[in-house]
Amino acid sequence: MSRHTLSVLVEDRPGVLARIAGLFSRRGFNIESLAVGPTEHPDVSRMTVVVDVEDLPLEQVTKQLNKLIEVIKVVELEPAASVQRELLLVKVRTDGATRSHVLETVQLFRAKVIDVSPDAVTIEATGDVDKLAALLRMLEPFGVRELVQSGLVAMARGPRSMSDRSLKSA
Amino acid sequence: MTGAQSLVRSLELAGVEVVFGIPGGAILPAYDPLLDSKQVRHTLVRHEQGAGHAAQGYAVATGRVGVCMATSGPGATNLVTPIADAHMDSVPMVAITGQVASSSIGTDAFQEADIRGITMPITKHNYLVTDPADIPRAIAEAFHIAGTGRPGPVLVDISKDALQATTEFVWPTRVELAGYHPVTRPHAKQVREAARLLVRSRRPVLYVGGGVIRARASEQLRRLVDLTGIPVVTTLMARGALPDSHQANLGMPGMHGTVAAVTALQRSDLIFSIGARFDDRVTGQLSTFAPHATVIHADIDPAEISKNRVADVPIVGDAGEVLSELLLALQAEHAAGAVGDYAAWWREVEDWRATYPLGYGEPDDDSLSPQLVISRIGAIAGPEAIYTSGVGQHQMWAAQFIQYERPNAWLNSGGLGTMGYAVPAAMGAKVGSPERTVWAIDGDGCFQMTNQELATCVINDIPIKVAIINNSSLGMVRQWQTLFYGARYSNTDLHTGSARRIPDFVKLADAYGCAGLRCERPEDVDATIEAAMAINDRPVVVDFVVHRDAMVWPMVPAGVSNDDIQFARGTSPVWDRSD
Repeated sequence: MSRHTLSVLVEDRPGVLARIAGLFSRRGFNIESLAVGPTEHPDVSRMTVVVDVEDLPLEQVTKQLNKLIEVIKVVELEPAASVQRELLLVKVRTDGATRSHVLETVQLFRAKVIDVSPDAVTIEATGDVDKLAALLRMLEPFGVRELVQSGLVAMARGPRSMSDRSLKSA
Repeated sequence: MTGAQSLVRSLELAGVEVVFGIPGGAILPAYDPLLDSKQVRHTLVRHEQGAGHAAQGYAVATGRVGVCMATSGPGATNLVTPIADAHMDSVPMVAITGQVASSSIGTDAFQEADIRGITMPITKHNYLVTDPADIPRAIAEAFHIAGTGRPGPVLVDISKDALQATTEFVWPTRVELAGYHPVTRPHAKQVREAARLLVRSRRPVLYVGGGVIRARASEQLRRLVDLTGIPVVTTLMARGALPDSHQANLGMPGMHGTVAAVTALQRSDLIFSIGARFDDRVTGQLSTFAPHATVIHADIDPAEISKNRVADVPIVGDAGEVLSELLLALQAEHAAGAVGDYAAWWREVEDWRATYPLGYGEPDDDSLSPQLVISRIGAIAGPEAIYTSGVGQHQMWAAQFIQYERPNAWLNSGGLGTMGYAVPAAMGAKVGSPERTVWAIDGDGCFQMTNQELATCVINDIPIKVAIINNSSLGMVRQWQTLFYGARYSNTDLHTGSARRIPDFVKLADAYGCAGLRCERPEDVDATIEAAMAINDRPVVVDFVVHRDAMVWPMVPAGVSNDDIQFARGTSPVWDRSD
């Protein structure tokens, strides 16, 4: 199996997320992460889906996605030709003895402390999957009390927009 | 006008003539203006499943989009089976359902079901409309989506308050959907490559599926076959795409296909597939299917290409356009001196066809063989009639022993395998083609699932003919029990035959106001069919009480290689004979 990142432009209509999630589950495709949000066009949303499949099933995934009427465009983003980021919030146990060590790790990863209490700090970090995994490995010994992660969002490098051509032709 | 009036006006502008349905609470507002429509007729069915299959039968017989209507909750869920059926067999259909008022959606209100959510995986697209202003656009889009590209069912769920509210009617002049642009014109380079491979192949087969029928491409197919002389197999969904009388037609491939069709695919060096989807019932064990064949796969749905069998030459396009373009490309090859030589291949194929023709053994006693009944119906009603079937043994025999000479003469539930399809589909087909004789070839099990539509047929003057191939059991299941479960007949005896007739189908026909006939002896078959053919003022139900041990042959058991096709029980063809 291998990870693939798909960017999917969809019409911003009620039910479209259920349609896509349903498609993945009934065709037996595994979603590793999913992020949805608005785009530069008011009626268009963009989903970033990370799937774990071989090449041939991936072709089926994109073809099946394209069959959905509300899906406008599907693009696979190669890691080398795109920027890919996740957001992570993590609450780490700290006391007087460990706080400085934790803060050092935060600085090392160019993360941010966004909340502090006497026995914990909440850290915000963005980065690619590997960086966030490395940060978590460093923080785990201190005690991770709570963890939440966004789905991956990604965009192709270079000046062009994914929606340029697909929306003009529509 | 009201949302309901807007809905009826939209249906009129979409060209709808007939709607099959049943009213109920949430859809009730729509039924009031329906009464005034001069264009749209509503046929009141007895069960929503019947409405859906009737819409399918109407759609396939006429090539138009079929329409069915139901209320919220159970009305809508009763449509689920025909919607799924239409989705599997690419039937253009629009289903309109009432929904509870938008303020009640999500509260588990009386007769509330999330039919849009339920039908997401079994529709080409679906809508939930809660704003009356959206009704015309939703209806216009639904008909556009259902009838173009790869056809399929579209559901429009409309809340009761949207039907009741006042709105301004605006019919969209154009339907524009950013994410829907079916490709109909094939890529020229791919078509040229297909032509190049075809003339250079030694053992080619045209694997023709239901897409050719949906695309109305039979004429183009015939020209291609006449030009090239390539052997053709027509799948269950494509029976009649090329006349059975055409010399190149080897018949049906697959689990109950002819030995010639199955074996030709299996031994081919090139398969040109058009409008087919390499279904498991055709390929058998996929890993051993046609092991030496290069595959050219043409379909209007890109997702079908390389889904099951990887295509060497993918072609996305409308079947008619693909076949027309391919014809030109082949003519160019021929003009350049490259003509396919399939003489040696045909000698092999003809040998299989002559040695292993379709046939059946007559029962030892004087009981009736189901295959005889079905082949006589086909012979007497002829190629201009329409034949529908349920699912099971009688369906396979009807696919095998009726000679199909034209497209859309054969209507059945191929993909979903829905028992109960025959009677309501025949009803819809007869409404769409009243001038044609319509025979429902049904089983005693299937018939009992939807026979209440006989009431609809009698009341609305829809004189279909029903042949119940009554073996008093769930015959195909029984056949599998005979072959694979040591003849232990668990729950397959329906007691409709000669010992006990529960129900008595002749009395049932009579109770509905149909003509009821019974035939139990081979010598009465023709006279009974003639008698049924002569009754045209009401539906006819014929109870053909047949031998229950008859089996469908040839057969490739499920999951087994097509190489292991059995011609009759325990009998496989002898390959590579030395002569």
